Amino acid sequence: MTKTEPQMSLSRVFWYTLRRDILLAYRRRNDLVSPLAFFVMVASLFPLGVSPDPAFLSEVAAGVVWVAALLSTLLSMDSLFRSDFDDGSLEQMLLTPQPLALLVVAKVLAHWLVSGFPLIVLAPLLGVMLFLPDAGFGPLVLTLLLGTPTLSLIGAIGAALTVGLRKGGVLITLLVLPLYIPVLIFGTGAVMAAANGLAIGGYLAILGAILALGLVLAPLAIAAALRISVSN
Amino acid sequence: MSTPLLEAKDLFCERDERVLFEGLSFAIAPGEIVQVEGPNGSGKTTLLRLLSGLSCAWEGDLFWRGEPIASVRDDFFNSLLYFGHQAGIKAVLTPEENLRWYSALHPLTDPDGISDALYEVGLYGYEDVPCHSLSAGQNRRVSLARLYLSQAPLWILDEPFTAIDKRGVAKQEALIASHAERGGTVILTTHHELGIDERVRKITLGALAEEAASD
Amino acid sequence: MAKKWKMPKWFYQLGSPRWFYDISDRLLPWFAIPAVLLLVIGAVWGLAFAPADYQQGNSFRIIYVHVPSAVLAQSAYMLMAVAGAINLIWKMKVADMVAKSCAPIGATLAVLALATGAIWGKPTWGAWWVWDARLTSMLILLFLYIGVYVLYSAIENEVKAGQAGAVLALVGLVNIPIIKYSVEWWNTLHQPSTFKVTEKPAMPPEMYLPLILMVLGFYCFFAVALMLRTRAEVLRRERRSGWVQQLVEAS
Repeated sequence: MTKTEPQMSLSRVFWYTLRRDILLAYRRRNDLVSPLAFFVMVASLFPLGVSPDPAFLSEVAAGVVWVAALLSTLLSMDSLFRSDFDDGSLEQMLLTPQPLALLVVAKVLAHWLVSGFPLIVLAPLLGVMLFLPDAGFGPLVLTLLLGTPTLSLIGAIGAALTVGLRKGGVLITLLVLPLYIPVLIFGTGAVMAAANGLAIGGYLAILGAILALGLVLAPLAIAAALRISVSN
Repeated sequence: MSTPLLEAKDLFCERDERVLFEGLSFAIAPGEIVQVEGPNGSGKTTLLRLLSGLSCAWEGDLFWRGEPIASVRDDFFNSLLYFGHQAGIKAVLTPEENLRWYSALHPLTDPDGISDALYEVGLYGYEDVPCHSLSAGQNRRVSLARLYLSQAPLWILDEPFTAIDKRGVAKQEALIASHAERGGTVILTTHHELGIDERVRKITLGALAEEAASD
Repeated sequence: MAKKWKMPKWFYQLGSPRWFYDISDRLLPWFAIPAVLLLVIGAVWGLAFAPADYQQGNSFRIIYVHVPSAVLAQSAYMLMAVAGAINLIWKMKVADMVAKSCAPIGATLAVLALATGAIWGKPTWGAWWVWDARLTSMLILLFLYIGVYVLYSAIENEVKAGQAGAVLALVGLVNIPIIKYSVEWWNTLHQPSTFKVTEKPAMPPEMYLPLILMVLGFYCFFAVALMLRTRAEVLRRERRSGWVQQLVEAS
């Protein structure tokens, strides 16, 4: 064995896992529609339930889009490890010399690319429907870009903890929602600040810092949680 | 005596307030075939999962090549091929895609040998068919193809012959025997009568087994 | 979890449920008696003798329950996470039982802090609930407790439940400062923190001394409640072992 081999196999296993999960999502692409439809439906409940008044809507638009994105991410999270758990691939992932945290990052990244990223593409459309002020569109997309990966990482911890449980879907919401609050606060805060003509660099920096922290710590927690969930 | 490949000392495990085994100690040398036997519910699968490192809830010590297993985990996983109740096969992927991902996870697996391995398990021509169109037995065979691909010295096989036809079983048995001849080690559970019985060492589990014997 | 640090032998004895049961039996009065004394003295002093606040009048006196329960709710979470970490690293059964017992006690304290906060808010702000930073943080802390508690009860296997709960508690612990900071930043309506250990309190001594007594009393009471719950958990889990059955026969 040459010395470079372990590193080569690390990046190889990362790309293979990423590609495999994207391929899996592509072959079951019908499943991807539901979180997106959910995203749009939740957002359209607000004008129906509260008021269609443009002045009111433009004030709450950022919050509504963010809450809808957050709930939609949460909804799609439950499936992250479930099929791997059911068919035994998860066991094989735990029994490799490859670092589990790395495999987990690949899986979360794939999940974000297929279910988080489309939300960001759709978000401006919802912004138009909810009369988001013009100055808010850029920040909305930017904060979602920085925030939704964090949501996926945190949600994956909940998914890993509940993967072996039958009623995992409801449980994961209870475990994860409180942890989503900081991201929600800074995400909506930035959009509102931008709409009022204020600078948003600070918000983006904080969202970035939270993402960096999550990227370092969450995979460790997810890996530990998976080992616990698979053990019986 | 040389250091055993895998050594268990004083294993204790309970499930739902029932002690499955306690004070269980054994040593397994390279080249051995070990069959874990016992009635249903005696903890065969639990023991295999424990040995392979999937289980967190047990007490005792495990040594891999003389070292505590926790300190040489990567080396151990590198040397291990585990075949569990679930085949670990993704239904929407083809056999080749499934095995390719497995070979990325396990450095001791040769991705160039995939089509040969599929040929060996009788799935020649099925490389590009999604696994959900294959039968249950064929899905198990996809997973068993790993035995041909992997250079891992330790195989832990939980009921490897389930849903496999007679000819397939005979072939797997021969493969297991030749793996042992090359110095590999196999730990398995099965309800089949092994045709290579004379080479197999048995570990019997379960207080239930003792009761059944005394009846 | 794969790693295990070697620790001196006495450390592992700490993890023996039987040892805990014996030692907690001897320790209980040392916490129970101070708890009663401190709570009675603190409550009578604070409610009857401490001077009324010049702005809020007598309604401020609920501080003697609100602040201690809020402080304890946070400390209990920290203890739960630390005990969970000990359980994860050294697989210590008693630590697991302590962590499990913390969750309902801490959640109750958080509810108490929220309820007293609401009652205090009515005369002070004119509303039962305002979205002020510290009440909101407490509400989120309660959510975190609920999550841990629900996870504990959802997993049937006790060992797994303990480890999973510990991971979640630790994730929560990392998040608490971020949540606190974000919520504080989000809204800072509240009056500044009532008293801090490091700073000279703004209240006169006859107001804050009873508060300190109450906080200490709450700590002792928490220790008693925690020990009682953990002892019950020890008996439940060890009920098939020899020493528990002897105990049952003797009684």
